[in-house]
Amino acid sequence: MTNALNEIKPPVIELGIIGWLRKNLFSTWYNTILTILGIYLLYSILPPLFNWIFFDANFVGSSKDECTKDGACWIFIKQNLKLIFYGLYPTEELWRINTAYVMLLIAGIYLLIPNLKNKGWVGAFLLIPFPIICVYLFSGGAGLTNVETRLWGGLFLTLVIAGVGIVLSLPIGVLLALGRRSKLPIVSLLSTIFIEIWRGVPLITVLFMASNMFPLFMPEGVNFDKLIRALIGVMFFSAAYLAEVVRGGLQAMPKGQYEASQAAGLTYWKMMALVILPQSLKMVIPAIIGSFIAIFKDTTLVLIIGLFDFLGIIQFVGTNPDWLGFSHEGYVFAAAVFWIFCFGMSRYSQNLEKKLDTGQ
Amino acid sequence: MSKQSPKISNFIFNKNVQGVFYQAITLSLVILGIYYIVQNTAQNMVARGLASGFNFLGVESQFDIQMTLIEYSPTSTYFDAFIVGLLNTLLVAGIGILFATIIGFAFGIMRLSSNWLVAKIAESYIEIIRNIPLLLQIFFWYFAVLRALPKPKQSIEFMDSIFLNNRGLFVPDPNLGEGSSILFYLFWLSVIISIGIFVWSKKRQNKTGKTFPAFFTSMALIVGTFTLTLTALGFPISFEYPELKGFNFKGGMKLIPELVALTFALAMYTAAFIAEVVRAGIQSVSKGQTEAARSVGLKEGLVLRLIIIPQALRVIVPPLTNQYLNLTKNSSLAAAIAYPDLVLVFAGTALMQTGQAIEIIGMVMGVYLFLSLFTSVVMNLFNRYMKVGER
Amino acid sequence: MNTFKMWILSLTASIVMMPAAFAGTLDTVKSQGFFNCGVSQGVPGFSNPDENGNWSGIDVDVCRAVSAAVFGDPDKVKYVPLTAKERFTALQAGEIDVLSRNTTWTLSRDAQIGLEFAGVNFYDGQGFMVRKDSGISSAMELDGASVCTNLGTTTELNMADFFRANGMAYEPVVFEKADEVVNAYDEGRCDTYTTDKSGLAAQRTKLADPDAHVVLPETISKEPLGPVVREGDGDWADVVRWSLNAMIEAEEFGLTKSNAKTECALTSNPVVARLCGKEGATGAGLNLGESWSYDIVTMVGNYGDVYETHVGENTPVGLARAGSPNASYKNGGVLYAPPAR
Repeated sequence: MTNALNEIKPPVIELGIIGWLRKNLFSTWYNTILTILGIYLLYSILPPLFNWIFFDANFVGSSKDECTKDGACWIFIKQNLKLIFYGLYPTEELWRINTAYVMLLIAGIYLLIPNLKNKGWVGAFLLIPFPIICVYLFSGGAGLTNVETRLWGGLFLTLVIAGVGIVLSLPIGVLLALGRRSKLPIVSLLSTIFIEIWRGVPLITVLFMASNMFPLFMPEGVNFDKLIRALIGVMFFSAAYLAEVVRGGLQAMPKGQYEASQAAGLTYWKMMALVILPQSLKMVIPAIIGSFIAIFKDTTLVLIIGLFDFLGIIQFVGTNPDWLGFSHEGYVFAAAVFWIFCFGMSRYSQNLEKKLDTGQ
Repeated sequence: MSKQSPKISNFIFNKNVQGVFYQAITLSLVILGIYYIVQNTAQNMVARGLASGFNFLGVESQFDIQMTLIEYSPTSTYFDAFIVGLLNTLLVAGIGILFATIIGFAFGIMRLSSNWLVAKIAESYIEIIRNIPLLLQIFFWYFAVLRALPKPKQSIEFMDSIFLNNRGLFVPDPNLGEGSSILFYLFWLSVIISIGIFVWSKKRQNKTGKTFPAFFTSMALIVGTFTLTLTALGFPISFEYPELKGFNFKGGMKLIPELVALTFALAMYTAAFIAEVVRAGIQSVSKGQTEAARSVGLKEGLVLRLIIIPQALRVIVPPLTNQYLNLTKNSSLAAAIAYPDLVLVFAGTALMQTGQAIEIIGMVMGVYLFLSLFTSVVMNLFNRYMKVGER
Repeated sequence: MNTFKMWILSLTASIVMMPAAFAGTLDTVKSQGFFNCGVSQGVPGFSNPDENGNWSGIDVDVCRAVSAAVFGDPDKVKYVPLTAKERFTALQAGEIDVLSRNTTWTLSRDAQIGLEFAGVNFYDGQGFMVRKDSGISSAMELDGASVCTNLGTTTELNMADFFRANGMAYEPVVFEKADEVVNAYDEGRCDTYTTDKSGLAAQRTKLADPDAHVVLPETISKEPLGPVVREGDGDWADVVRWSLNAMIEAEEFGLTKSNAKTECALTSNPVVARLCGKEGATGAGLNLGESWSYDIVTMVGNYGDVYETHVGENTPVGLARAGSPNASYKNGGVLYAPPAR
């Protein structure tokens, strides 16, 4: 009898593809309707979209006359690729940017491969010497010709702004969060005011102040490069958001951790650096990376103050009389590139979250 | 001497004293910094012959604004222009929040659907929209909307009264005629009575356990009163229909394409974030809650209404308000596509004409800051209220 | 307080950038070997970059003339593209030394915002562009039209005046960047596009089908466009003013880019001799070398040369000079340079 029981298989409709379909798509009458609606929606959106992007699109050629009007004209992107990726950066100096990319890529791959030694050193290299090398590489000095920041542009500029914003805003954000949680009333009050002001105003008003009004606040004749001012604006803006994220992590720390480290005789800074921050930052990694993604997307706003970032330069090349009428291709291309970066970051954060999940 | 020195070192190394000392330093640095900036600004403004003060607010603006919710003309003052911009910002934020909430909740629930296809569609929507900069989406929708719509003469029509073209959406404008104020008062009266019914039925239920169909009764009361009075008065509402005159439609209500594109982009973008908030909220209610509710015999609808939603809301509301705030701040991107919001009208045209950057940017930042702080205060009250509920 | 200020100052200064404007601009410019010229973000014929970032146009040539006068080399200029909204703040802040960006000379700008106009290099007026197939032939037929234009310009005020004066209704659609205005007009958002007529002619080249559009005959405002410098810096203002005047006067006396070398060698006309730097020591008064005006004419050209190269009838912009205010006063225009002596 027991044998017979084992041999009875579930009915066909609960197994395999049919079973899966039944369970996941057609379990009830309204689910069936929803499924049909969903299929219709996909049918009406996806085929025309794919036709436009791939099947009817033009990839080969060098001028707009070679584009049929049926699909997207990717020749537009192809012909302007140098501008889109590097802006007006002098062609003969492009190796400098590419060198930095290669260094970043190698270090990044090294960090991503599991079980390699000395990851800490590579990370430290990325955080401290690498930005300094980049400053010299990009702007010149130490034997390299000077390239002014007004020639910087395209995806390169977007990465510079996002990179600086991300790297610098985290430490400032942590300090602000500690300040806001501090027991010293004035420190806490000042941090709170600072954070709330930056969080309360739109980034474009901040950028407008940084780009146009900053000289008014300085003694006569003191001024910074426009890009640096924009960077400072972006940095403080994202630092204020990060501060709130970090504060969330600090608040979630069990009180025992504080008490235990104080009982062990640690000073405030040691306690924070060795016990509290490592744990609480780990807790809020997804939210921190969420903020990084937000910074990356927000860099597009610099086009409003006249910097030619990735989106800005795509709009700019679209106004070239030789390439009029391809704004949709430009926007779709920009959207795809931004999406790859942001989606990649969010996936990475999910992986990291799993890996670091020590089961608290 | 030797007796005193430990006291001094005690004093110096005393934590409280150190705290006061550090704070004093911080505070004075901040004050000096502010003083320094103010001083520089004042000197620079004098040196460059820049005007200062708020007198300009009373001067005629001399420019026109595309869309105004209040009466406005070039002879109106800069202050009027400020109000126009502010109202336009609030308008786009209000409509955007409404739609973002609806779409966001829909997608959040869809993502948890047991239907695989529906869940996947919702997930793709969220992942695509969330990871593309809003500004890009605004540009895309604006020019996509413009390109897709016909010229005024080839407008898309609905029943000869609603017209859609690349100048906007034109709908009939309702004009209330004679006696319509009675309608208005009766409507609000019935609303107040309905609230009374709700309160009474709740009290009765608490006392006696008997339920009363308060929702249906009050709906019937409101709708019934409205239609009855409308008929009794002989339909005192007339519509002003848009008509094609010269370049464009005149009369009726008009929604400009900038408003449509901006609202659309803001709502779609924020909805993707709200969907995630809603999903997290619903998932935060532990399964045991649902099972316990079912086992005491509650019906499926009541489980949702009495058990899941109130608990999920506690998790949903704070991040949801944050999203509303983000939407409001993001509406400042209107400047990129010619929607006359506060930033475009006041921090744009008015700033250029008067050159008073500090006053104007200060006012604009102040408005956003006020909205943000106001929302935080309301949020804190909400949190306090919710905490009491948690026994 | 002062020591603290000095400390902050030296700190900031040691961090980076930008030489101070303490000394007169001319001295600073001479010592650093170049100057910054604020231009548009791309108006064909006036100031427009090519794909390699090289700028050209009649506004650009004003800066090149200044550079030729100061350095004997027209290319010691760095161009800073600015939106209409940013331009004055950038000049006041010292980010640029000359603003040559089709900027209208008005009382409020001259008197209130701390600017000094150095002259007029293009007499313009505001006009309207419409689609040919709309059948409109006069600006007076624009009642009820949607009008696209730029933020932060005199245009916005002039059109308000115009429609108000004529009792007409309109819908202003105001964009921040010129490219967005063109794009929106091209997509059919507006019935008409208004800006300075030269701007219309220039922007028309950026439309998908330039021949399908026409500029209406009415001119609704006076728009004298010219280079601008900071107020209270007389030496530098003089250099810019007289660089422009030298170009105009060279044309009045028939000195062109191509004939200047031979003319200067042969001339017996004292005015020409002064322009050639052979007589009169005009350079000393401006703190420039004596060949300053000769360098301008040979390296950049006279006003007529510049006009015909960038915006004349044989260019895509195609603005006829004869009969316009930009003709020399000798040909019935209003272009008239004070004597360079």
